[in-house]
Amino acid sequence: MGINSKRVAEILESEKFKNLVRKRFLVSTTLSLLMLLVYFGFILCVAFYKELLAYKIGEHITIGLPIGIGIIIFAWILTGIYTRWANRSYDKAVRDLRNNILSE
Amino acid sequence: MESIQSTLGQVNVASIIIFFAFVAVTLIITYWAAKRTKTTSEFYAADRSISGLQNGLALAGDYMSAASFLGIAGMVALKGYDGLIYSIGFLVGWPLVMFLIAEPLRNLGKFTFADVVAFRLQQRPVRIASATGSLMTIVFYLIAQMVGAGSLVNILFGFPYETAVIIVGLVMIAYVLFGGMLATTWVQIIKAMLLLSGATFLVIMTLAKFGMNPVTLFQAAAEKYSDAMLSPGGFVKNPWDAVSLGLALILGTAGLPHILMRFFTVPDAKQARKSVFVATGLIGYFYILTFIIGFGAMVLVGQDVVSYFDKGGNMAALLLAESVGGQFFLGFIAAVAFATILAVVAGLTLSGASTLSHDLYVNVIKKGKSDEVGEVRVAKMATLIIGALAIILGLTFKGQNVAFMVGLAFAIAASANFPSLVLSIMWKPFTTKGAVASIITGAGLAVTLIILSPTIWVDIFGNAEAVFPLKNPALFSMTAAFLVGIVVSKMTKEKEAEAKFEDEKLRTYLGIGSE
Repeated sequence: MGINSKRVAEILESEKFKNLVRKRFLVSTTLSLLMLLVYFGFILCVAFYKELLAYKIGEHITIGLPIGIGIIIFAWILTGIYTRWANRSYDKAVRDLRNNILSE
Repeated sequence: MESIQSTLGQVNVASIIIFFAFVAVTLIITYWAAKRTKTTSEFYAADRSISGLQNGLALAGDYMSAASFLGIAGMVALKGYDGLIYSIGFLVGWPLVMFLIAEPLRNLGKFTFADVVAFRLQQRPVRIASATGSLMTIVFYLIAQMVGAGSLVNILFGFPYETAVIIVGLVMIAYVLFGGMLATTWVQIIKAMLLLSGATFLVIMTLAKFGMNPVTLFQAAAEKYSDAMLSPGGFVKNPWDAVSLGLALILGTAGLPHILMRFFTVPDAKQARKSVFVATGLIGYFYILTFIIGFGAMVLVGQDVVSYFDKGGNMAALLLAESVGGQFFLGFIAAVAFATILAVVAGLTLSGASTLSHDLYVNVIKKGKSDEVGEVRVAKMATLIIGALAIILGLTFKGQNVAFMVGLAFAIAASANFPSLVLSIMWKPFTTKGAVASIITGAGLAVTLIILSPTIWVDIFGNAEAVFPLKNPALFSMTAAFLVGIVVSKMTKEKEAEAKFEDEKLRTYLGIGSE
């Protein structure tokens, strides 16, 4: 593999690479914060506003049931969103940069 | 009390046959894997030949322990909605593993997560500290699993406790010693498929009695007991406790060595990511099943019967299986629960053995200079040591209350392993001294505070009041680990580590140079 240190420095300084790093940081922190927000929102609700989750939406059935199961599904959907983004956009950018480096 | 008619505790022929069939099949796989387990990369990482889908199944297998299957179903059976709150905590750590850890870990590491923490720092001090955090997590988790195995088998099959611990220990040593990561992975995959199909079948049989409608089941539970079963109850007494436990569960998941180790078995970052997607889906599905199983046991078996067999409700899923599917189905679910423990313990042992041999022997004692053959031999010796230790711990802690040890393992993982891993991956000014101080603070505080907490100080030592008010220390120990890591790094600049951070980027983001 023809990687020399000058070339590496060039890549690291390139707008394209910096963009990639920035974008990955943005996507992963946004999704992480979203997950933490939903989870701790739920836990704080359990701690301070139990009545809210006990609110009835049918005979005996509380809104807490769909919310709880919804959080599990939400967590999985978030991993799906990330996977889709990474497969479509991140991997493509990585491939371009890799080719750029390894082809020399 | 409803009439108690259960064959639980008697020798169940179906169960023994199914369990031994599982052991036989997995040992054949181990024999097959043994021929493909010669080099270090094969022993520790199945030569990176596991696909994302397979690794997703294996991750789910590693994570769905008997404690989460039997324990959460039991908690739901006795407390209703509160059991769901607990399982949500166990699940939501997975997306964070994906967003923050999985890909950089795969690109930077070789065999253990300490590879990644130590990547741009001074090897020896960081490896020693990281290995200590790893081994503490593994040992506490192992104790909980081995004691669980002994008591479970004692109740299920009527075997003596000691026999069960020794069988689990020996079979698990055989998997790891001869088949390395390849055999361990397939044991996890088979166990995950058995557990998921068994739980699915149990749910179908249960829902068949309620017109295939879970809502009807929930309504029946509310009518039989009270509406309180369908809303949060006494789960949270102290809100800070809930936040602290939540932190331990979600960030602890991202610091469990036997989970992190699995990311080195896939060929690249893309497969690492796919495996978390698969694992999260399967684990989430599994927790939804256990929720329904818990309610099924509540309605069809009854809370008084469930707590008659075990105060904590651990027998709920099994009693439900017997009630809807008879003795044969009870035997099937019981065998699956036993196989589950076996698989989890094998994963833990392999990860403990890699820490001893790869982190401590090769990188600390031999300073990174070790030949392939020598390292595999040391790794196999380490497997025997950890395996023997697991059996001894299982025998020593017989009859002890070890339920808190899983919580402690998660607290140490969240406080010692997770902060150093994240800071090393993401934060350029992180230094060797910062890493070591952070790990010591996290592990030390997690252990000290849990001893002073109600969990041990009151429940086990019998004191009237706890010195430290929270049941789980993660809120303090993890925060302290991050703060100490940052402050000490700021005080001890390490130019070399900062320079390497730049070079590392090519590997972290593009996978260039990764193994």
